[in-house]
Amino acid sequence: MSPGEARSNRVERAEPALRGVELIDVEKTYRTSTGTRTVVKNCSFRVEPGRFSVMIGPSGAGKSTLIRLIAGFEPPTSGEILAGGKPVRGPGKDRQVMFQETALFPWMTTSENISYGPRARGELIDQVRGSAQALTTRMGLDRFRHLYPAQLSGGMQRRAELARAMMNEPAVMILDEPFRGLDSMTKRLTLEYYAEYSQEAARTNLFVTTDVDEAIFLADRVLVMTGIPTRVRTVVEIDLPRPRRLATIVDDDRASELKAGLLAILHEEAAKAFAAGGKETADFVDAYRRHASPTSSNGELA
Amino acid sequence: MMSPALANGADPRARTAWTAGVVRFARPQRRALTAYLVAVILWQLGSTSGSWLGHDLLFVGRIPAPSTVFVTWSHLVFDPGYWQSWLSSGKRVTVGFCAAVITGVPLGLIMALSRPVWDLVDPVFELLRPIPPLAWVPASIIFWPTHELSIDFVIFIGAFYTMVLNAIGGARSVDPRLVQVARSMGASRWNVLRQIVLPGVLPSVLVGMEVSIGITWEVVVAAEMISGGGSSHGAGASGGGLGFFIWSSYVGGSYPQIVVGMISIGIAGYISSAALRTVAARLSRWNVAHGASR
Repeated sequence: MSPGEARSNRVERAEPALRGVELIDVEKTYRTSTGTRTVVKNCSFRVEPGRFSVMIGPSGAGKSTLIRLIAGFEPPTSGEILAGGKPVRGPGKDRQVMFQETALFPWMTTSENISYGPRARGELIDQVRGSAQALTTRMGLDRFRHLYPAQLSGGMQRRAELARAMMNEPAVMILDEPFRGLDSMTKRLTLEYYAEYSQEAARTNLFVTTDVDEAIFLADRVLVMTGIPTRVRTVVEIDLPRPRRLATIVDDDRASELKAGLLAILHEEAAKAFAAGGKETADFVDAYRRHASPTSSNGELA
Repeated sequence: MMSPALANGADPRARTAWTAGVVRFARPQRRALTAYLVAVILWQLGSTSGSWLGHDLLFVGRIPAPSTVFVTWSHLVFDPGYWQSWLSSGKRVTVGFCAAVITGVPLGLIMALSRPVWDLVDPVFELLRPIPPLAWVPASIIFWPTHELSIDFVIFIGAFYTMVLNAIGGARSVDPRLVQVARSMGASRWNVLRQIVLPGVLPSVLVGMEVSIGITWEVVVAAEMISGGGSSHGAGASGGGLGFFIWSSYVGGSYPQIVVGMISIGIAGYISSAALRTVAARLSRWNVAHGASR
C-alpha cells in the first residue's frame, strides 16, 4: 500500500472539515506579578487530518502554550479551538499529548502504563490485551514489559509513552519536542520509526520542534511560528517524496532549498525577537546563524 | 540506567536482590556489631572505674555498669510485669499511630486538593500544631473517660500533624502532567485519585509514618510518666507501660532497671521503624528500583 492510497482511504472515512484541529483567532494572556503577558495572539491555523504538521519557531515562544490549549489543559483567553469540528472544552482521548520529558506513571510497569487508558475507561481487558500486546511488540518493548519506567533507558521511555498514547487511537497526536534529550543515534532511529508509523495509516500529527532538519524530515506541512506573542508566520508545504531518509535528506537539492527558505524566515523572526531584547533570543539568533551558514550545514540533529 | 543483568529479561529483580543481600548486608552488620561492642566496653570501663585517664566522668561514671544492667535484665525477662509494660506501651503506640495515619492522611489530601477546605482548616491546624503533645496530657486526662484513652489521644496528637503535613506535601509533589495525561485518556476523577494521586503521595506518606512512629515512642513514655501509667496506680510496673516502668524504677531507687527500661524503649522504637521500612520498601518497589541504580 502506497502512502498516497493510505491517505485517501483515511480521509474519505469522515468529512475532512470535521476532523483535525482548527484554531480561530486564538489569544492567550497570563497574569503575572508585573501585569499581563500575551503569549499567543491572532493565532489561526489548521492541523489537517491525515497529514503530518510540524510547528517550528523560536524557543521560548508560545508553542508549548498552544499545545496545552489544543490539549484542553487550559482554556484560551479568547478565540476558538475546534477538534473534530467540536469546540474544545477540556482534555479528551481524541487528542493525546506527548511531553518534552517523560510523563510515564512511575509506579506502573511498561505494560501497565501502555494499557492505562483503556483500563481507566473501563474497557474490556480481553479486547485491550491484544492491541496492547501488538503495540508493545511493535515498539520493541516486549522484554521490558515488567520493568518500571525508572529502569528503562530514555529511548525506551519515549517508545513506551508513544505506545501508551497510541493505545487510545487519538484523532490527533500532539508531540511537544518529544525526542529532545535523546542521544543523536537514538533520536534518529526514533524519528525514522515514528515517521514510518505515522505514514502507514496517514495519522494526523502536530509535532513541535526547534530543529529545521527534523521538521523537513517529518513534515507534510511546516507551520512557522513568530516569536512572542505567537502566531503563524507562514505555512510551508514539504513536497519531498516518502519514504524519506534522515541521512540522505540533507544532500537532496529540494530539501536544501526548503531548508534555506525556512532558516531565512526563522532567522528573521529571531532577529525581531532579538531587537526586542532578551538573552535567550540572542542565543537563538547565534545558533541559527551558525546553523544556516553553508560550512556547517551537515544536517546535524543534536 | 539499564544494568546488563536487567536486560536479560526473566525475573531480574530476584537475582540482583539476592546477590545484593549477600554482598551489601554482611559488612554493615559486622560494623553494627562492632559499634555495639565498643559502646558497651567503654561504658563498662567508665562505670567501673568512674574515671578515664584520671578525668572524672560526669555521666557514664554514675550510671550502673552494663554488667549490672544485664544481670537485672536477665531477671526481668522472667517477670511477666516487664513484658506487660512492653505490651501496654506497644498497644498505645499502635492505637495512637494508626488513628493518626487513618485520619491524618485523608485530611492532608483534602486540604491539598481543595482550596476551600484548605482555607477553612489551615488556620485552625496551624494554631493547634505548635501545642506540644505533652501539653495535652492534663486536658486529655480530664476529658477522656479512661486513662487508657487519654494516653492514646496524646500519642495520636504526636503523630497526627506529621502525617497531615506529609500528605499535603506528597499531594503537592504529584507531577501535574501525570494528572493531565490521565485525564486526557478519559480517566474519571476517582480513577485519577486512585491510580495517579495516591501512588504519587505514597512515598512522602511513608516517610511521614517513619518520622511519626519515632515521635509516638517519645510521647508514650512521657505521657505514661506524667499520667502515672494508666489504670494501675502504684501497683508496681505492671500495666503501666515502659515509661511508667522507668518512672517507678526511679521512684523505687532501682537504677539498673531505669537503664533496662531505657534500652527497651530504644529496642521497641528500632523494631517498629524497621518494620515500617520493610513495608515501605514493599509498597514503593518502583521507587526502590530507582534507588537500586545507585
